Amino acid sequence: MKLLSNFVSRFTGPRQTATIAKERLQIVVSHERAGGGDIDFLPKLRHELMAVIGKYINIDQDQINVHLQRSGSCSVLELNITLPGDGSTL
Amino acid sequence: MTKPNSKIIVVTSGKGGVGKTTTSAAIGAELARRGNKTVVVDFDIGLRNLDLIMGCERRVIYDFVNVINNDANISQALIKDKREENLYILPASQTRDKDALSQEGVERVLNALKEEFDFVVCDSPAGIERGALMALYFADEAVIVTNPEVSSVRDSDRIIGVLNSRSRRAELGQELKKHLLVTRYSPARVKKGEMLSLEDVQEILAIPLLGIIPESTAVLNASNQGVPVTLGPVSDARKAYQEAVGRLLGEGTEDADSKGWTSKFMDGLRVLWSPA
Repeated sequence: MKLLSNFVSRFTGPRQTATIAKERLQIVVSHERAGGGDIDFLPKLRHELMAVIGKYINIDQDQINVHLQRSGSCSVLELNITLPGDGSTL
Repeated sequence: MTKPNSKIIVVTSGKGGVGKTTTSAAIGAELARRGNKTVVVDFDIGLRNLDLIMGCERRVIYDFVNVINNDANISQALIKDKREENLYILPASQTRDKDALSQEGVERVLNALKEEFDFVVCDSPAGIERGALMALYFADEAVIVTNPEVSSVRDSDRIIGVLNSRSRRAELGQELKKHLLVTRYSPARVKKGEMLSLEDVQEILAIPLLGIIPESTAVLNASNQGVPVTLGPVSDARKAYQEAVGRLLGEGTEDADSKGWTSKFMDGLRVLWSPA
């Protein structure tokens, strides 16, 4: 197989690693410039959300889940709060 | 009185091991060789190495932190180079914690150095912690040292962001001139497609190019002996650093000059690229 791929790449040329490096860099750098790289605020956001929600509903520390996900050109901030009991406490 | 044209230049990169100290020593020595009174300041508190690269490690008595804490005055801490009469170094301390670099203290020392020197070259530590932030905060110009490699380019981009937002010039709304210096460049590996090309790096970082330092045995040979590359024997790296300093000093007209040498370099690459 290796022989074959070597043989093929003699004609097609391998996908150059420098090209891959450049593409990866362009993506990560554009995210970081947009401020997407700086997610240091997530723990603080989680803490403050807890405080606000805690004013109305009695929730546990570990019942709140904040997650930031990036895909393509957009980012999704996902907030998951599990309410205690069957919701009758509302 | 501050010298009228005194300039603070920070040599920075974000990533470690890309050649900041080598570059600080080489640029500082070349500026001095050309008649500019120059001091190179080591901001890497706790891990000083500039003294070793410049070959004065056995002459360190007082250091930067001693001066900040008023345990010594600047003239006691400055080490005069034995080769270049215009060249001095201010070593970092070896033992104290990096919080010793207070902003007021750093400002006071840099202001005092500006009274004496044409150029104050600040050798930044790696990272974006206090030492690195202090090294760049008061800078008038920045040399961003980058290897043609993904982690180095990414970190350079981060540090450019820090220069644009957290330097004093940025806070005052003044321009902070940024220069890209690509080090450890290997045209042969670029040709094979295994290394990011100069154009790739420039396209991503989008700051003007100061120079390209080729991967060279001269660099390790120089640091082995504690001789700044620009004061060592003739080599490709010495020539490249000397040209970079020429451009830093604004030799020739900016455009014609950069066009001239870039196209010369490109011609060289084109020869390498041409089909066998």
